[in-house]
Amino acid sequence: MDASPWMDPFEDTLRRLRETFQVGHTRSAEFRAAQLRGLGRFLQDNKQLLHDALAQDLHKSAFESELSEVAISQGEVNLALRNLRAWMKDEHVPKSLATQLDSAFIRKEPFGLVLIIAPWNYPLNLTLVPLVGALAAGNCVVLKPSEISKSIEKILAEELPRYLDQSCFAVVLGGPQETGQLLEHRFDYIFFTGSPRVGKIVMTAAAKHLTPVTLELGGKNPCYVDDNCDPQIVANRVAWFRYFNAGQTCVAPDYLLCSPEMQERLLPALQSTITRFYGDDPQSSPNLGRIINQKHFQRLRALLGCGRVAIGGQSDEHDRYIAPTVLVDVQEAEPVMQEEIFGPILPIMNVRGVDEAIEFINRREKPLALFAFSNSSQVVKRILAQTSSGGFCGNDGFMHITLASLPFGGVGASGIGRYHGKFSFDTFSHHRACLLRSPGMEKLNAIRYPPHSPRHLRKLVVAMEARDCSCTLL
Amino acid sequence: MKDEPGSTNLFTKLDSAFVRKEPFGLVLIIAPWNYPVNLNLVPLVGALAAGNCVVLKPSEISRGTEKVLAEVLPQYLDQRCFAVVLGGPEEMGQLLEHKFDYIFFTGSPRVGKIVMTAAAKHLTPVTLELGGKNPCYVDDDCDPQIVANRVAWFRYFNAGQTCVAPDYLLCSPEMQERLLPALQSTITRFYGDDPQSSPNLGRIINQKHFQRLRALLGCGRVAIGGQSDEHDRYIAPTVLVDVQEAEPVMQEEIFGPILPIMNVRGMDEAIEFINRREKPLALYAFSNSSQVVNQMLERTSSGSFGGNDGFMYMTLLSLPFGGVGHSGMGRYRGKFTFDTFSHHRACLLCPAGLENLNDIRYPPYSDRVQQLTRWALGSQSCTLL
Repeated sequence: MDASPWMDPFEDTLRRLRETFQVGHTRSAEFRAAQLRGLGRFLQDNKQLLHDALAQDLHKSAFESELSEVAISQGEVNLALRNLRAWMKDEHVPKSLATQLDSAFIRKEPFGLVLIIAPWNYPLNLTLVPLVGALAAGNCVVLKPSEISKSIEKILAEELPRYLDQSCFAVVLGGPQETGQLLEHRFDYIFFTGSPRVGKIVMTAAAKHLTPVTLELGGKNPCYVDDNCDPQIVANRVAWFRYFNAGQTCVAPDYLLCSPEMQERLLPALQSTITRFYGDDPQSSPNLGRIINQKHFQRLRALLGCGRVAIGGQSDEHDRYIAPTVLVDVQEAEPVMQEEIFGPILPIMNVRGVDEAIEFINRREKPLALFAFSNSSQVVKRILAQTSSGGFCGNDGFMHITLASLPFGGVGASGIGRYHGKFSFDTFSHHRACLLRSPGMEKLNAIRYPPHSPRHLRKLVVAMEARDCSCTLL
Repeated sequence: MKDEPGSTNLFTKLDSAFVRKEPFGLVLIIAPWNYPVNLNLVPLVGALAAGNCVVLKPSEISRGTEKVLAEVLPQYLDQRCFAVVLGGPEEMGQLLEHKFDYIFFTGSPRVGKIVMTAAAKHLTPVTLELGGKNPCYVDDDCDPQIVANRVAWFRYFNAGQTCVAPDYLLCSPEMQERLLPALQSTITRFYGDDPQSSPNLGRIINQKHFQRLRALLGCGRVAIGGQSDEHDRYIAPTVLVDVQEAEPVMQEEIFGPILPIMNVRGMDEAIEFINRREKPLALYAFSNSSQVVNQMLERTSSGSFGGNDGFMYMTLLSLPFGGVGHSGMGRYRGKFTFDTFSHHRACLLCPAGLENLNDIRYPPYSDRVQQLTRWALGSQSCTLL
């Protein structure tokens, strides 16, 4: 059963990329570095274009675009360029007595043809940061940007390929139907960022070809606020991370857990913070984003009906504007506590202390991020110790994801695998165990051959045991 | 188990950044029949060390071991967090409908797909240790007796029922001529004139596999061995020559004491042959020239690689063991097992105060602030700060 090219728009592209990989085009460090430098030039040459596109798609301010999209991507490019050769190097490993004279190491190899499927909320960052890792690791890459963030999609499709070697890189476009078609093909690695629902579809498709995957998904990220806190400081920190990108962030604090007493102190502090950040009329602030499209706008507007609006609550359909909002008196069964919010709405649920908060959190799916605010490091450490999540931050929001030395990924329903910095390189590499022995010195092997004896067996077991010291006398 | 510290940038200099290893929760380990103690217990070690609760599903085919694992092993472990479940394919299908927090599977690629598809329904991460046909290239520049010793030992160990055994040989017709007498000599040295009576040669696990292997003896031409005994499930250490690529012995993973030899006219043809096929779990290259060995390594891919020997690397716990492509995903042994069964949670603990330092990130934004922030974010490798 052959699909004609006009029925399958991807067949030719994929074949071309596979052929390039097979001849070894992408293997050398020089080639990979050239691709990474090309990516860096793309970011520099098109910075204004990218800022304009992000403003168009999400009403991102220049500050947000620079901080969370361009600078992060550039930083990853630079990190990869600085470390490429070190990352590519064979890792030599400790040896046993039996293998002392051998060469034992782990060789990093590209998988081959990699598919990266990216979402719309940080459409530059979440496309390019995985791409850095895939290229650094020597793969050929098919990039599928989100069709929802249309302006960035256009730039990635039209401009980005000009900066990369197009025999091993392609951008493919389309919606859910095209992505489904794409996923019928065989890839050597699939990297997906998006919702858990679509994550399952991707993993099921990958299973048909035994393709390994990284799934960066989402969830409802709990934010516990202890009574022992400075409410104004907490309000600043929570609000910044909640309303950044109009709340459309997979690692944003999704809901607050605190006592009724703390809630009373937090509400005026949050109002104060929101006014400080966005002015008296947040809709006219250049620093507040907009909802990506009508579908999500309507979804979020419906959530404003949950509980009771304590702060904000305004919306404007023509502008896809939702005011920075805080909801109180929220029930667990209401939609705002059931689905990932992904908007500038912060519900507060009341709990009577740390134990109840932990119990509430652990009844639910493991989130991508978990936050705990307290002046007491004991409380913060307890929440860390008695819960699980992709990542954790004490006394702040998702700062942890800015550190390339920390892996970024989920657990349970929030995801599989991790990346950022060297973790990206490792994600897109196969770690091949290698043992190179001498073609001679056969006498040393005699003890392993049949006919066997207990004496030989004893010697063999001793020779194979792991040695913690690298004994250079041998 | 210790938290691993991470380096910080200027924004996070006063914070504590580390990776915390956490158990996933409920782990399912599905094990095969060929090394039924090893392939049950070695993953179990990692799962337990990482703090998980474990459900062990040993193979129903290796009945003797299954019984011991089901009846004796639980007595040595805390049974509130460990259980052995028994059954065949139907029971396993039922088991896989449940949600686990990690699934570790060793077995065939065909069943690997079933396991991963079931895991996808619950977004359960998996390690799949699968198989394939492991090529063994033998260069002309070799001592045939040494090669024969090494290849034969790893091929006939456990009567060939080893996922990392050399599956087939690639060599020139000239090398084949030198290898055959050497292989015969080795087989006689190892197992005597009547291998069926040697205490050092294994048997085929069951009738189904015995019949399958006996049928493979009809491929190509028997150069060494070829005898079989149904009552004993015995297959003689066998070497086949004049084998065609389309024949069954070159299509399926052999998993028995049969070694087919395919002729190639040198390293390039061998590499081209290997790369036309699925990536194997293991790949072997024998040559006196380290250049040749390195070229084979460079221009192919496989789970692991052995130069001038068979799967000796399996004895080194410092090397990860796993496949690539159809031979598997993920890896284990030693610390790699612990890491496989742990979630690596990124943690950042910030001071509750010192709010002034955060002011530069809050709106309303200014250009100068933007510059400072970019610089602060990128400052990760600067230890002066």
